[in-house]
Amino acid sequence: MSYETLRLIWWALLGVLLVGFAITDGYDLGTAALLPFVARNNDERRVAINTVGPLWEGNQVWFVLGGGATLAAWPPLYAASFSGFYLAMLMVLLTLILRAAAFKFRGKVENAHWRNLWDWCLFAGGVVPALVFGVAFGNLFTGVPFSFDPDLHFVSAIPLLSLFTPFTILAGAVSVAMIVLHGAAWLNLRASGAVAERAAKIMPYAAAVFAVLFAAGGFLLIHMNGLRITSLIDPAGASNPLLKAVAVVPGLWLSNFTRHGWFWILPVAAFVFAWAAVALRRRPLLAVMATSLVEACTIATAGVALFPFLLPSSTNPDMSLTVWDASSSRLTLEIMLGSVALFLPIVLGYTIWAHRVFSGRMTAERIASDSHGYD
Amino acid sequence: MDLVELSRLQFGMTALYHFLFVPLTIGLSVLLGIMETVYVMTGRAIWRDMTQFWGVLFGINFAMGVATGLTLEFQFGTNWAYYSQYVGDVFGAPLAIEGLMAFFLEATFIGFFFFGWDKLSRVGHLIATWLVALATNFSALWILIANAWMQFPVGARFNADTMRMELADFPAVLLNPVAQAKFVHTVSAGYVTGAVFVLAISAWYALRGRHIALARRSMAVAASFGLASALSVVVLGDESGYTAGQNQQMKIAAIEAMWHTEPAPASFTVFGLPNLKTHKTEFAVEVPWILGLIATRSIDRKVAGIDELVEAAKTRIKSGLIAYETLDNIRHDRENSALRAALDSHAMDLGYALLLKRLRPDIEHATQADIDRAAQSTIPNVPVLFWSFRLMVAVGFWLIALFAIAFWLSAQQRIERSRLFLWAALLSLPLPWLAAELGWIVAEYGRQPWAIYGVLPTSLAVSQIAPSNVVASLVAFGIFYSALLVADLYLLIKYIRLGPDSTLGRPVAAPSTRRQESSP
Repeated sequence: MSYETLRLIWWALLGVLLVGFAITDGYDLGTAALLPFVARNNDERRVAINTVGPLWEGNQVWFVLGGGATLAAWPPLYAASFSGFYLAMLMVLLTLILRAAAFKFRGKVENAHWRNLWDWCLFAGGVVPALVFGVAFGNLFTGVPFSFDPDLHFVSAIPLLSLFTPFTILAGAVSVAMIVLHGAAWLNLRASGAVAERAAKIMPYAAAVFAVLFAAGGFLLIHMNGLRITSLIDPAGASNPLLKAVAVVPGLWLSNFTRHGWFWILPVAAFVFAWAAVALRRRPLLAVMATSLVEACTIATAGVALFPFLLPSSTNPDMSLTVWDASSSRLTLEIMLGSVALFLPIVLGYTIWAHRVFSGRMTAERIASDSHGYD
Repeated sequence: MDLVELSRLQFGMTALYHFLFVPLTIGLSVLLGIMETVYVMTGRAIWRDMTQFWGVLFGINFAMGVATGLTLEFQFGTNWAYYSQYVGDVFGAPLAIEGLMAFFLEATFIGFFFFGWDKLSRVGHLIATWLVALATNFSALWILIANAWMQFPVGARFNADTMRMELADFPAVLLNPVAQAKFVHTVSAGYVTGAVFVLAISAWYALRGRHIALARRSMAVAASFGLASALSVVVLGDESGYTAGQNQQMKIAAIEAMWHTEPAPASFTVFGLPNLKTHKTEFAVEVPWILGLIATRSIDRKVAGIDELVEAAKTRIKSGLIAYETLDNIRHDRENSALRAALDSHAMDLGYALLLKRLRPDIEHATQADIDRAAQSTIPNVPVLFWSFRLMVAVGFWLIALFAIAFWLSAQQRIERSRLFLWAALLSLPLPWLAAELGWIVAEYGRQPWAIYGVLPTSLAVSQIAPSNVVASLVAFGIFYSALLVADLYLLIKYIRLGPDSTLGRPVAAPSTRRQESSP
């Protein structure tokens, strides 16, 4: 397989991992973010939490694998993005650590203050990662201030607050709305009684907010600067981001869509599936599938808009990371592709099986009769 | 403290903290598998209750291990960006495969372990439990393959076009001899930790005359499993010593505080006070031959001393400088094959030249004094390694003795009545953690000044970010981790004190109860 093809496949796999994370851990994040709004007493909260109880740990591995696979397949991207987004990443890690502790610890002491404390940790562990991931995606479009010296040492110092501009906050809000919509659809499927009803009522609002903000983001892109490689670049060349020239032109982030019109299907489908999820909320499983597709289409839209860029640099656009100059070596990409081809189907198999075993509506009675749930 | 020291402090702190939970997860997962196997094979309900009770404690520990592991997976990017850029092509693969092959399996089936008792058949649940144990061990395997590559970077070469190390031979990375020795040593240490945990808490129940049936059986399992594991830790620790003797001569010399090469076979210093200034070990008590046997498996090959290794480093720094200068020339003349050939013959010493970067950015102008200082910097902290190693080994031998006695008392069916032994077992509870952390210090602190041994100095590997960012994260991790540790210990102690009956919300089945008669 050619180096160029391998890089394209790994670009797509990066998307697959992101979508896998957004769909699986997304409903955990959404459920946690909705916890204070859909569940008002401890019984209701236990219902909501136990819908994800046996599953969230496996789901979280998509995040861990995303990190590991990015390091293996796109080392400069892993290095530049996580060191560049240092404090933002710290917020994600700390809230996810709290989330893990909260799931295990909240029911272990019979005390309302103790439980309340951990419920707020769960809430933060849902909202903060969803927001920060969206803001980070927004920053890809506005460009991140980093550059390299000739040894490929990064020079990057991004103050936390500079990550938050109107456009990136909008992107963060799109992400939160999308995750909330997905979490509401999940609770509508797996919770029961008042919790499921409140979740169903939230779905139209979440979908509307998502659609408006997503469309607004698209309109803003028309006037925002985009990037284009102007020098010759060898798609099978060495992974060295110092060997190309890049032009900055307003509106370029939409050029992939104007050049290949059928890509417009992706953003359009995101709107259609958001609408479908609301329309189908009396058929909860279909609604969850629809919100999953909303996430897939939204992430794919962003990926296609940026292509071939992975991490644009605002300090020195020539040094932006692209699909053609920020990958691992050919041998590493081959070995990693082999590993994914071997293991990912197995992972998907037992993930689906786990979702089948732990299916059905979670009710207060069911939790009470089963001594193995989260208290 | 500067950026490098802050970043190292954070990595050391988060890794040592993560490593409080990992060994217990590794050991308890296998012990749970053993207990549940006895349940499924004999049908005696007490073994199911044992599995579930120890499982509750396992779960509290597991959550902390996973949560703190998140930090480690991303810290290579946040704090060690140049490391990730420079070696991600090689180091990333085992890390990613760990996620794909092991961590997914572990994290999914842990759900079945806790929530699946009523949803799966008995054998089905047993398979889930063993898959958790298997995945935990696979996880350790891939992480240690990655770690072994930091200790002994085989199967990779420097690429001048991408300015980084790239994978050349994947099987060599997988079959790294350091990885094999470290894997067995580390998982065995985990088994010992799990066994001591079960043994000590059961001993506490026995001392108080509570839950005797559960405690006795738990101690029997822990004793035999622990004895085999403790022996394996020491034997495979010795194997680690042999592989380190071949690949990391400086680490061995520092552990032994061996300042000068001795005539073969070298003696082992049991006790002494290493003096950093005079390069002598005072009050040394030496056992002839032993070190030579451990490190070289021979009586005629020498073990190199620190001063001689520093001299060798100077030669390599000079050779590395040639590689560094050639690299700069290549950047201006990329097609010149003579330059590439020159680079190839010195590329293996490039890392030694990079040691100079700590002293001056323009290393091509390094003086002999700079080179001498850089060579001196290859000496790790001798007293810390010397004492950490001896303490770890002492704990290892003590635990072998403890498990041997436990095994004998258990075979005699009087383990729950030997109060002296029970106290010894209870007081030994912290020891495996102590040994594990010391082992980490010997392996990783002893690797300094290298991030990748001989390839990439730690000081160069850090992310060039504002030190204030690292201070912020260090403080945040410090506060979060301390609070979580308090909560974790509080919950563990709470459930241990409650005991199995109250924890499970039902009396533990009597030893004779078959599963048909027991409540679900």
